[in-house]
Amino acid sequence: MNIIVCIKQVPNTTDVRIDPVTNTLIREGVESVINPFDAYAIEEGVRLKERFGGKVTVITMGPPQAETALREAISLGVDEAVLLSDRKFAGSDTWATSYTLSAAIRKIGAFDLIICGKQASDGDTAQVGPGISAHLDIPQVTYVKKIEDISANAARVERMTEEGYDIVETPLPCLLTVVKEINTPRLPSIKGMMRAKSAKPVKWTACDIEADAGSMGLDGSPTRVIKIFTPAPRKGGEILKGGTEYVSKELVELLKDIVIH
Amino acid sequence: MPASITIFLDKCAGCGLCVGACPFGAIHMAGEKAVIDMAKCTLCGACVEPCDFKAIELKKDAGAVKDLSEYKDVWVFIEQKKGVIQSVSFELLGEGRKLADKLGVKLCAVILGSEMESRIAELAERGADKIYIIDHPALKSYQDDPYTQILVKLAEEFSPEIMLCGATTIGRSLVSRVAVKIKAGLTADCTGLDIDPEKRLLLQTRPAFGGNIMATIITPNHRPQMATVRHKVMKEALTDKSNKAEVIRKSYPEDIMKSRTRLIDVVEEIEATVNLAEADVVVSGGRGLGGPEGFGMIRELAKALNGAVGASRAAVDANWIPYSNQVGQTGKTVCPKLYIACGISGQIQHLIGMQSSQVIVAVNKDPDAPIFKVATYGIIGDIFQVVPALIKEFSRALRRS
Repeated sequence: MNIIVCIKQVPNTTDVRIDPVTNTLIREGVESVINPFDAYAIEEGVRLKERFGGKVTVITMGPPQAETALREAISLGVDEAVLLSDRKFAGSDTWATSYTLSAAIRKIGAFDLIICGKQASDGDTAQVGPGISAHLDIPQVTYVKKIEDISANAARVERMTEEGYDIVETPLPCLLTVVKEINTPRLPSIKGMMRAKSAKPVKWTACDIEADAGSMGLDGSPTRVIKIFTPAPRKGGEILKGGTEYVSKELVELLKDIVIH
Repeated sequence: MPASITIFLDKCAGCGLCVGACPFGAIHMAGEKAVIDMAKCTLCGACVEPCDFKAIELKKDAGAVKDLSEYKDVWVFIEQKKGVIQSVSFELLGEGRKLADKLGVKLCAVILGSEMESRIAELAERGADKIYIIDHPALKSYQDDPYTQILVKLAEEFSPEIMLCGATTIGRSLVSRVAVKIKAGLTADCTGLDIDPEKRLLLQTRPAFGGNIMATIITPNHRPQMATVRHKVMKEALTDKSNKAEVIRKSYPEDIMKSRTRLIDVVEEIEATVNLAEADVVVSGGRGLGGPEGFGMIRELAKALNGAVGASRAAVDANWIPYSNQVGQTGKTVCPKLYIACGISGQIQHLIGMQSSQVIVAVNKDPDAPIFKVATYGIIGDIFQVVPALIKEFSRALRRS
């Protein structure tokens, strides 16, 4: 089974702080990590390969330093890694990003399955996964929490919904986006870390993937950011003081308008 | 000419406003002038507007600018499950009405389903001027392929100016595909929408970096301008029984109705009696509960308040409660009117998922727990005493009303 996993390198949001003076994000010293949801995508890909054979190729689009994320993926059992990096990709919104990734996937060649995390923790859009499947015109199932059954040409999966889950059958090749419940990612193995050290990820630019210049980067992006601002930080309010019964009564009184209609 | 960004050094006054505006830390001051580090710059354009001296220019190779005047009307995709219209769609009709009035165009509801005729009156009462209805047995439940193909066909035939959709599991899966197919701009998870009346642009404001920053996004040269909108942020459209709508029934050939994926079953989990994303009240439990049995009182309090049960990642990872209840970065984002956090310390990953709630109540025995920094009201104490007392007091107050 040939599996492609799309990942993104993101700032480790635990470390995101706002500078109280300039009111902007402090990015100095913020560690970059693999997007948390993508870790589940990598693990699921590696597990399927271990069951059925084949290989897992991980792909990312980003600045040159995104290579670190690819090496980490290799240490977790991924076979091959592709880095898409080019100034021409700068300014990509989700339309252009999914276009560029789909062009690179076409170049990689035949695949049975594409797995993405449900969304990235920095942009939080959940649009790139479905965007890739739309560009490639393959079926998709989003928010997958379990692969119940999978064969060479079909899969039966559970898609998480607001009320529970749907059971969906899809032919392969297809694209799945996955949520945390699907597995517990492994830690890198010693052997994996050795491989990651010596591995040479494939590096492709816009020329290599034979993509249309007008569909990449800022030029290929229908949307444009016009303003970025920090929301007024939420202030801690009142600590209710007194005995348990007293504070409970006080709280009910304070929340009366919200809970009693 | 590829896209580029330029700082005109003759105009740059060295004020440094752009340095603070850059979310990627790509601008620094060299002497008296701003310099962009192109290795970090993503051409997002956030620095252009803050510059008071018009010293920064973002150039986009737009090609021939399309004639956008043929696009009109505000569309709302109406999400139905088992034939029931979801509340987020009524919120979008409420917001869509305001946008349509500002633009002087019609508000249109688009509904796909099976035997949906009975819903027409409901949509008209909620303010739709026009209702596009596509009724077919194959559309009874949501499936990516037919829903995508039909929305694409409709958008191509009727050219809407704006298309709104709930940021739900269905909405986020569907319109991402539609936007790619028709090359439209799509902005995810908006919490604020407005109109620039002069340019007829939809101003879409959304949180990013887990709500640590907000971004306003436009779609200058593509139509429709598409956005998914978060639950519970906009107010539901009021009901006006006298409002009448024009109804347009469309049908499509069978091959459009075909789905490559097949929906086998829809499973509703008992835990999700009240939908976490749509609940007005969420009561959440964390590590402080000490074990799965601690959720008994959390459920009881949620039930008393007709709310949903949430949980921190720690409680989910310990297998005390299913993942579908997890609130936070790797779980769900909620913004209820009232969020009660019991025995949750308030790590940033949890705060990301709930900090936009209107009122936050925290109960924790540790006075230094970070949750108190965002809580509207805090109670420092033992949850095993406070939560039962709250159940008693809320139940009494609700009985009285």
